[in-house]
Amino acid sequence: MLVSVYRYNPETDDAPYMQDIHIDIPGGKDIMVLDLLQLLKDKDPSMAYRRSCREGVCGSDGMNMNGVNGLACITPLSAVVKDDKLVLRPLPGLPVIRDLVVDMGQFYKAYEKIKPFLINDTPPPAIERLQSPEDRAELDGLYECILCACCSTACPSFWWNPDKFIGPSGLLQAYRFLADSRDTATRERLADLDDPFSVFRCHGIMNCVAVCPKGLNPTKAIGKIRNMLLSQAT
Amino acid sequence: MVTSITSFGRSGLYDWMMQRVTAVILACYTVFMIGYLAFGAELTYDMWTELFQCTAMRIFTLLTLLSFAAHVWIGMWSVSTDYIKPTGMRFVFQSATGLLTFIYVAWGIQILWGI
Repeated sequence: MLVSVYRYNPETDDAPYMQDIHIDIPGGKDIMVLDLLQLLKDKDPSMAYRRSCREGVCGSDGMNMNGVNGLACITPLSAVVKDDKLVLRPLPGLPVIRDLVVDMGQFYKAYEKIKPFLINDTPPPAIERLQSPEDRAELDGLYECILCACCSTACPSFWWNPDKFIGPSGLLQAYRFLADSRDTATRERLADLDDPFSVFRCHGIMNCVAVCPKGLNPTKAIGKIRNMLLSQAT
Repeated sequence: MVTSITSFGRSGLYDWMMQRVTAVILACYTVFMIGYLAFGAELTYDMWTELFQCTAMRIFTLLTLLSFAAHVWIGMWSVSTDYIKPTGMRFVFQSATGLLTFIYVAWGIQILWGI
């Protein structure tokens, strides 16, 4: 099969380019894209990409495969290869450090903005803050986010305003803390989000939902944030 | 919290709500007009003049015109902040949009009450 890989080494290249590599998959197996990358790296050790857990848990190997963001380690070739060709690019919209490795700084800054930690100004109990099973269930579909950035880098609103729009991943996390029965900073959190950019740049095109490798729904969470803002407004 | 001074109502929630409320008004006016033109009697000059001389129609049209202005501002502001990054150019675009919208509103009022 033909693999076309985005290559860029700022130390030696003037500009990024696409490198076409023909490769035979051993035994014609339906391997994962990450395994394919390893085969390519065996051929050309200068190729750079991030990876760690190789089972869709760490979120390191988010990349754009034939135009769709996803985790290389849990995406089988059969799911993305078309006409025996695969185009691999770094996650769109973020600065490229080298080859498939992007600078996630902007993404983490957005995450930092939503204060991704529990805020509770009441005196801590002796052991732990308890939650009813129903309250705990509110966090399902929110806490599972692994911050791979597949969603935010598939979002045009995040491409145009990564410094102002929080992005689907950050907003999913924002709602995770807004929905937490143990958090007491709801009013402050909502006040921080009520500007024309942070939440309201989302136009609901649901690219985030389409690409999330964990099957989460940031658009739904954003809708719930809007409803919370609406219900506390007069 | 991102501060912005050129958005319609400064608050994201307010802009979002205004965009939807004005959209409903624009939709109502469109449906009314389509209904009037498609299912009313054959249109004559007299009928058209009579329609717009009616105070209720003038109020409805003015409401639609103002909704159009607000809707345009919120939408074009959004487009300009997405695609025009140099502040000077964005300011010129937003000013031109604002001026054009104002001209349409003033002109529309003149037409409406000039009938």
